[in-house]
Amino acid sequence: MTKLSRDDVLNLAKLAKLELTEEEIEKFRTELSDILGYVEKLSEADVTGLAPTTQVTGLTNVMRADQERNYGLDQQALLKNVPRKQGNNIKVRRVL
Amino acid sequence: MSWPAITDIAASVNAGKTKAVDLVDQALKTIEDKQEYQAIIATVAERARARAAEIDTQIASGAQVGRLAGVPFIAKDNFLAFGADTTAASNILRGFDAPYQATAIEHLEAEGAICVAKANMDAFGHGTSTENSDFFTTKNPHDKTHVPGGSSGGSAAAVVLGMAPFAIGTDTGGSLRAPASYSGCVGYKPTYGLVSRSGVIAMASSTDTIGPLTKTAEDAALVLDVMAGQDELDSTTITADEQGYEITEAGSLKGKKIGVIKEYMGEGLNAEVKKQIQNALDKLKTAGAEITEVSLPSLEYSLGVYYIVIPAEISSNLSRYDGQRFGYSNPDAEDLEASYTSSRTKGFGTEAKRRIMTGAYVLSSGYYDAYYNKAQTVRTKLINEFNQAFKGVDLLAGPTMPTTAPKIGDNTKDPLAMYLEDVLTVGASLVGIPSMSIPAGEVDGLPVGLQLMAPQKADRILLSLGASAEKELQK
Repeated sequence: MTKLSRDDVLNLAKLAKLELTEEEIEKFRTELSDILGYVEKLSEADVTGLAPTTQVTGLTNVMRADQERNYGLDQQALLKNVPRKQGNNIKVRRVL
Repeated sequence: MSWPAITDIAASVNAGKTKAVDLVDQALKTIEDKQEYQAIIATVAERARARAAEIDTQIASGAQVGRLAGVPFIAKDNFLAFGADTTAASNILRGFDAPYQATAIEHLEAEGAICVAKANMDAFGHGTSTENSDFFTTKNPHDKTHVPGGSSGGSAAAVVLGMAPFAIGTDTGGSLRAPASYSGCVGYKPTYGLVSRSGVIAMASSTDTIGPLTKTAEDAALVLDVMAGQDELDSTTITADEQGYEITEAGSLKGKKIGVIKEYMGEGLNAEVKKQIQNALDKLKTAGAEITEVSLPSLEYSLGVYYIVIPAEISSNLSRYDGQRFGYSNPDAEDLEASYTSSRTKGFGTEAKRRIMTGAYVLSSGYYDAYYNKAQTVRTKLINEFNQAFKGVDLLAGPTMPTTAPKIGDNTKDPLAMYLEDVLTVGASLVGIPSMSIPAGEVDGLPVGLQLMAPQKADRILLSLGASAEKELQK
């Protein structure tokens, strides 16, 4: 059974952009190991000749006309939940 | 549950015999009277009363308002709606003011329905009990020490407690059916793609569905009919059945083949619940249905497939909560990276974090093939087995849940224990077929649900036969 290491958990947290306390690291280490242990039984399943399914509708290439469309929304409505704004721009912190 | 059938309510409003404002008042009063069950996060009182007044005015001037004229409803808090915050019961979305409404809600409002409140849920839909709400846990209407089910727990409890004639919720792996089964009402999960997901906070995009929670199959069918249909805002929507879904005459069960899923009736199913299910199936047999047994061996893997694929999709869908465009943003973060990390860390609850990290793991290089790819291939196998089974039967059946509603706190110490409750519902979600839970008896005062499934796009048949089954089970 897969037992995750402390480093594994820290790496996942980094990928997920989460910061964990020491207590959480250990708790998630155990819990994620248990969950992965459970799902590991899939390795027994015989899937010879089958392809993966990523969607069940069978739809392909659903297109629309490349035309401007008015959805009845204005910029203000869409910006109202932005935490930091400058005029109509979303303000972000320095990147570097 | 004391509301008349939805068609009767709408007819009465359209005829001017009932005022929409009175219906809204009735709903809001019931919500207040039953506060102790904590089914509701917020009411939409002001807007609801304004819309009701408008509807009454239109009718007084001779207009007809629609098939759901004046009918109050409650929406799970992952539906974007006007008049109250939309939070998905997560701290990360406290105060979020929706700039537009979910297509499903637009459709309901176009027929005159009135949203009166937003219902509690497991945050982002992550859970089967509503205990993962970042705010509070909803209580089961039959026993306050038990959970109502989840993640649409608030919606189901609201219907059972009579707060509104119907509620809408979502079902990604059982979240309409589980609370319907545990709380004692009808929960309908349609064919994937039948109802637009536009404006519904995404959990797992390949299985998320929208559906009604109601007292009867007839009510569910009408609500589904109003919500269903292709939407250019959701390119995964399919066309609705030309004949619609409203039940004009319940379909006869005589000669209909119902295949009971062997894998759903084995160990792990509570003995008393099994008795109620067998009792229910006997009643359907008395009504003329042919009850047979079918086997879908890959169902053994369905929960494993679910808890690989769905966390993967969750990790992708929750990456948008980064503190920049909406949602909680840590004001003290000093650079962009810190802003992302600290906002997400403070805003997300434990189960959300657990699922995001599980998803990150199964998608990461080195593990993608063994986990994610393998799971999606087993999913193909499941689809094939369901298709094969439906060649010989009209409906598939089984219990909705392995037990009756657990006590609050029973399954919160071990995440796997909670996940195992989904074992009977994830199958239908993964293959995209419609599935409904109807009340089928009780054990020690707690409801049991019978699960009925039909092939993809056979919602019309499922609802029609479900309505008949419902009548038989009441005998």
